[in-house]
Amino acid sequence: MATDTERLTEAAVRVSGLVRRFGERPGRTVLDHLDLSIAPGEFVALLGRSGSGKSTLLRALAGLDYDVAGSGSIEVPGRVSVVFQDSRLLPWRRVLDNVLLGLDGREVVAGGRAALAEVGLAGRERAWPVELSGGEQQRAALARSLVREPELLLADEPFGALDALTRIRMHGLLRELCRRHGPAVLLVTHDVDEAIVLADRVLVLDAGRIAVDQPIHLPQPRSHRDPRFLEYRFQLLTALGVEEETAA
Amino acid sequence: MATVQMIAPPTLRRTPATAAPGRRRRLGLGRPIPYGRVLGPVVLLAAWSAASAAGLLDPRVLPAPWTVVGTVRRLIEAGTLQDSLLVSLRRAALGFAIGAVVGVALALVAGLSRLGEAVVDGWMQVQRAVPTLGLIPLMILWLGIGEAFKVVIIALVVAITLYIQTHAGLTSIDNRYVELAETIGLNRLRFIRAVVLPGALPGLFIGLRLAVTSSWISLVVLEQINATSGIGYLMFQAQNYAQTDVIVVGLIIYGLFGFLSDAALRLAERRVLSWRRTLSG
Repeated sequence: MATDTERLTEAAVRVSGLVRRFGERPGRTVLDHLDLSIAPGEFVALLGRSGSGKSTLLRALAGLDYDVAGSGSIEVPGRVSVVFQDSRLLPWRRVLDNVLLGLDGREVVAGGRAALAEVGLAGRERAWPVELSGGEQQRAALARSLVREPELLLADEPFGALDALTRIRMHGLLRELCRRHGPAVLLVTHDVDEAIVLADRVLVLDAGRIAVDQPIHLPQPRSHRDPRFLEYRFQLLTALGVEEETAA
Repeated sequence: MATVQMIAPPTLRRTPATAAPGRRRRLGLGRPIPYGRVLGPVVLLAAWSAASAAGLLDPRVLPAPWTVVGTVRRLIEAGTLQDSLLVSLRRAALGFAIGAVVGVALALVAGLSRLGEAVVDGWMQVQRAVPTLGLIPLMILWLGIGEAFKVVIIALVVAITLYIQTHAGLTSIDNRYVELAETIGLNRLRFIRAVVLPGALPGLFIGLRLAVTSSWISLVVLEQINATSGIGYLMFQAQNYAQTDVIVVGLIIYGLFGFLSDAALRLAERRVLSWRRTLSG
């Protein structure tokens, strides 16, 4: 499965021979000699059945998998930011202070305000996280990532807990933000449509390896009614083991 | 689009709520009565007054409310009440302050490092199992029956209560926030300041409120067994002379102490944890 990115010499992410095992010896091998590279600015979506190791891979890239047995090499850029399924805003800090968590200086305050404005939360800087809706909380979490100008954005089902309408709006926002800031993105999702709408390339993880590596050649914005969209959807669902009944 | 009109919803027949025989019974408690909490004490006071006025209550068992008011005036005029009050307050405040500092400091040592936990937590748990008031005989032998032993006992009670709650608050920080701090690259000091300490504040406040209550309880015990001053001593003396009215005054003052200190802490809690207020509306 040749992709146009493999030929790029400079990669934002380079993973080779990654093995991750859980449990007592011999344990369950979740990632089995997995190879992956992501180009700078490339948006990659990672699909897979539950338990296929999507989150394990993401956590490995985020450096959150200490005490996990495994081997292999991982190269990631210096500035990596993670967006989780829940916003993880600290409830005792106001929204702006959450965005600026761990940053210093007066100029970052302006940056934080700008990031909040970018995600449509201008004017909510002084709000407490509990005062925001689920979608707003997730947007604040996006702003917290943006303000750090990441070279790699790791997103673990960031819209999984949102309602369908909010999710569609968030897709547009994320796409726009990524276009403007240009980080490499690895989006873990279980939503095939979300993957096709957003990504330059969709991966399907199966049995600890990347089973499908499918570039999406569709212009933005992408429509669910585009026949090519449906074709991609059918392919990916088949790869995930879902037999769709042929709709009339 | 034209299709909109084609999917008109099926008409629903509405049953008028008032006429319906099967109307649901409300099982919840409904709206609270305004000033409802004052009602109980007021009724009790009225019954007490009525019984006293009707001569049903032997004044040696329980004096009339107006007698108690008169006793308060008499004690204030003699200066006894103020003096006793100040002595008692000083004991409680000193013991509470020392206990709070020690308890929180130990909780921080145990909660923020594995070494500290290994050193401190074990014997704090042992200490917790020993009722502190049981240490009174030992403390009297060590420190005599002066102020020091009273303050130390109160401080111990407060320190242990606060330690347990604060330590629990510090060690129960949500792992999701720990992960966030790691991905954001907070250093240890910042992590403690931005995540651990604010996260432990609710636990600290629970500890403070429990500690303030137990410090009053200890005060009562201490002042009634071995004291030559203070509200408890006043009551103890009154017992010897069968002055029921003075005992009632002492009880009321203890009650007020407890009530006011808890109210003050609740106010402080609301201020400090204002990020939570929005939750309960």
